[in-house]
Amino acid sequence: MELPQTVPYLEWRWDDLVFLVLAGVMLGAALLVVLGRDIIRSGLWLVLSFAGLAGIYALLGSPFMALTQVLVYIGAISVLILFAIMITQSKAGPSQLVFQRQWWAAAIAAVLLVGLLLTAVLLTTFPLAADLVPQPARDIALLLFGDYLFAVEVVGVLLLAAVVGGLYLARRDPDMPETNRLGGPGGLPAGPAAPADEEEAA
Amino acid sequence: MSHSLEAYLVLSVLLFGIGVFGFLAKRNAIAMLMSIEIMLNAVNLAIVAFGAFTPELAAQASTIALFVIAVAAGEATVGLAIVIAIYRNRRTPLVDEYASMHD
Repeated sequence: MELPQTVPYLEWRWDDLVFLVLAGVMLGAALLVVLGRDIIRSGLWLVLSFAGLAGIYALLGSPFMALTQVLVYIGAISVLILFAIMITQSKAGPSQLVFQRQWWAAAIAAVLLVGLLLTAVLLTTFPLAADLVPQPARDIALLLFGDYLFAVEVVGVLLLAAVVGGLYLARRDPDMPETNRLGGPGGLPAGPAAPADEEEAA
Repeated sequence: MSHSLEAYLVLSVLLFGIGVFGFLAKRNAIAMLMSIEIMLNAVNLAIVAFGAFTPELAAQASTIALFVIAVAAGEATVGLAIVIAIYRNRRTPLVDEYASMHD
């Protein structure tokens, strides 16, 4: 069986339909991340948003970027964020006030910025723009390990430093006694959040 | 539509705006870090789109986007570690309660 050239009844090209679906999934999931009240669900919607972007990379003709997006964002960064959410979540956590009190100012700022950028994008004619060119993984590899070899090594050192720094920062301080922690104004007493610490140590 | 640079750039701008709103409006530090990831994704989408529609750039754009992804991974690691360290001391992930210098 052969697929028709265009989408039946709509007369769109198939990749337009795929683009619209992926864009809708990505933007909708990102909106749910930002507007949702439950932070665990926000983290899970973030995964869906990353996945939509991976599909858009594939549609743009760079499958290597799509694979990297899946490996790094869905595989690593999401897991990191979900772990951090589980560590910092307490039962008395914020279920009432998720946004700052001046959230309307943030909304105005975001809308203004989007308007500004949209005008910039839509008013510019891009002189070098041609039709879609696929970017095979071989070209990327030749560039990465040819022209940009030094930068790749520097990024490797940066990631090593980030791992060491992250471990050092998140480490439990052995000199600090359990009872001597600051509650802070409005902060919780050390009692209810103790299970989170045990879970992290396990 | 899927063969025009503008469509991808508009998508990228919208995603960036969502990230900006989340970063400014959320109280939870981890939610703010998630919004930063959304913004970095939007920037990456713009870079890859420019590369895909400009034959002169060829694979250079993907290379730049790969570096952005690597730096974003490092940023997420250190940022979340800082949030966890602050949470140990203050028992709250809400940024507007980190006000000990203000009081």
